Amino acid sequence: MLCDSYFKNPRDASLFLEKIRKYSDRTGPVRLMEICGTHTMAIARSGLKSILPENVQLLSGPGCPVCVTPSNMIDLALDLSQKPGVLIASYGDLLRVPGSLRGDSLMKRRASGGNVQSVYSPADAVQIAREHPEMEIIFLGVGFETTAPGTAACILEAASEGLKNFSVLSLLKRTEPAIRALIEADDFSVSGFLCPGHVAAVIGADAFSFLPEEYGLPGVVSGFEPADLLCSVLELTKMIAENRPALKNEYTRLVRQKGNPAALALTEKIFSSSPSDWRGLGHIEDSGYAIRPEYAQWDAAVKFSLNAGPEKEPPGCRCAQVIRGVLRPADCSLFRTVCTPENPAGPCMVSGEGACAAAYQYE
Amino acid sequence: MNDTFLDNTISDDNITLDYGSGGVKTSELIESILLPAFDNQALARLGDGAVLDGNGKLVFSTDSFVVSPWRFPGGDIGRLSVCGTVNDLCMAGGLPRYLSVSFILEEGFPFSDFRSIVSSIAEEAKTAGVTVVTGDTKVVESGKGDGIYINTAGIGFRRAALPGQSAIQPGDAILVSGSIGCHGAAVMMSRSGLLDDRSPLRSDCMPLHQIAAAALDAAGTIRILRDPTRGGVATTLNEFTEGLPFSIEIDQSSLPIDPSVEAACDMLGLDPLYCACEGRMLAVCAPQDAEAILESIRRTPGGENAARIGTVTEEMPGKVLLRTPIGGRRILPKLTGLQLPRIC
Repeated sequence: MLCDSYFKNPRDASLFLEKIRKYSDRTGPVRLMEICGTHTMAIARSGLKSILPENVQLLSGPGCPVCVTPSNMIDLALDLSQKPGVLIASYGDLLRVPGSLRGDSLMKRRASGGNVQSVYSPADAVQIAREHPEMEIIFLGVGFETTAPGTAACILEAASEGLKNFSVLSLLKRTEPAIRALIEADDFSVSGFLCPGHVAAVIGADAFSFLPEEYGLPGVVSGFEPADLLCSVLELTKMIAENRPALKNEYTRLVRQKGNPAALALTEKIFSSSPSDWRGLGHIEDSGYAIRPEYAQWDAAVKFSLNAGPEKEPPGCRCAQVIRGVLRPADCSLFRTVCTPENPAGPCMVSGEGACAAAYQYE
Repeated sequence: MNDTFLDNTISDDNITLDYGSGGVKTSELIESILLPAFDNQALARLGDGAVLDGNGKLVFSTDSFVVSPWRFPGGDIGRLSVCGTVNDLCMAGGLPRYLSVSFILEEGFPFSDFRSIVSSIAEEAKTAGVTVVTGDTKVVESGKGDGIYINTAGIGFRRAALPGQSAIQPGDAILVSGSIGCHGAAVMMSRSGLLDDRSPLRSDCMPLHQIAAAALDAAGTIRILRDPTRGGVATTLNEFTEGLPFSIEIDQSSLPIDPSVEAACDMLGLDPLYCACEGRMLAVCAPQDAEAILESIRRTPGGENAARIGTVTEEMPGKVLLRTPIGGRRILPKLTGLQLPRIC
């Protein structure tokens, strides 16, 4: 708790800022990208952008799991919620995400009679399945490497109990292939990465060493409190100023270099990497987690023979560019005019972790 | 269809849970459907309670309670149903006197639970100095309710004329009577099965008659009182500034937040500033009177942790700004829908 309260309320923020300013005077304009929705929100809520020197620009990358889920996959979930006897169990922030039809969402479907339940954990969905053998419970597995192990554990549990009315629609994604796709795109212009602390707690800080090693880009695995963010931004500007890109781990109180082997083993047991579609980045090889054929019984895509329709972006929506850090939310013509948190056009506005929602609410 | 009921702001075809959150959607529903339909001055002020004309002014308010689970650490739906209405009366400058209680019970609801809720109501009414003088009971078929819903309405005598939102001036101080977000955080933790009676995290549910009296009796000018229930402190502060030519700046470091609330919110991905309070009061007062009013509140049980949390400024009219511990500044918006837990 002592440690936490320091990170929440650093007494020496001005010292950090002074150093960041010193390095950024040497670097000139730098663009630092965070690739975790919780970072997006932590940055917005701490007001960090309002105190950083002008040379340091923070951008949000494809780190919000809801934002990168294509609308055709949301459409699948919406269709499933109308099937008699089916209950969709989902993390809360997915409930408001519109499908390809604007205004349509799981929240709306629930209000018009669809069976949708918000859960904190896939374990809650398994429990609902146990208590309601008469219903088919489908858990929407959304997220990155962080939520994959928990989802895997639940599939394993359902398998060991022979629970027949539980399945998972896996929309889970892997971060590394997406970061590579982002870097290799023509419009890439980021100087360094704030690497996702929660993902790194599972896959290990070492998993991001490809950034300096293969691309010459600095990265810092960062925690989420204001002091973590300040310290990580300082490390990044320092590495850029000194032209010595490396991968550093600021979040040592939680992240090990090799991650969490038990969680990784669970993920590996249930999932294999598969191609996956990302909003904003398109089709990326090996960037998804597919449920292994041995567990097909608990794979909603197999069980209900699901096939996603074509992906449709809402007209005028620039979420794709926002997700790649090419545009800032305010650069989109829909931002604040037709696209608001109450009536979102694109996913970056709907998710609490989305770049547009953060900009709309806090800036 | 009567033209009064045609509105342009609500685009939804059905009520979603967001309309009950106390945030932006709730305001939309009130402003585009209810206000035009019932058009009158007492309602149009949108105070916590209505001030009515008569031989001596009356204060009148009502509230409905659907909390699940019905029992939570620090209270239950019975206690809440008394505090909710009593507090609305207190915030309107009233001295609460009479209460009505109506139950909507679901077939199959255990009598033992019902008895326990009723005795909570009786006990709390005694504490708050109100008498339950009328009521109603209805029973709906199994599956058509969530065990128990309660509506209460209350009448009080006006003890102080509070000028309200329009009297707020730049320089005014913002006070809160204690740790914020306890009720919301306790209910959410309880709902997730993460809380038991041994936990230090408890709802702040309590009647505010003494705390409101302490503030009103202190030597000082109070502009407005509000209890930040649904939507939390952030939403109530936004209601203060809405449509007016001033802003409020809150100093995050000065917010009293119990460590257990902070921990619960971190765990659940919630923000204490948006978690409901059921026994806290926000006051806007003249700056020179802030200390005297705070002292008076702090001497009252339940008001020990009262603090000055911000100031009315002119910088960004209509907005609430938050000064963060690292010296950053950002907008503190109204709640837009239900607080939904985040993925990770």
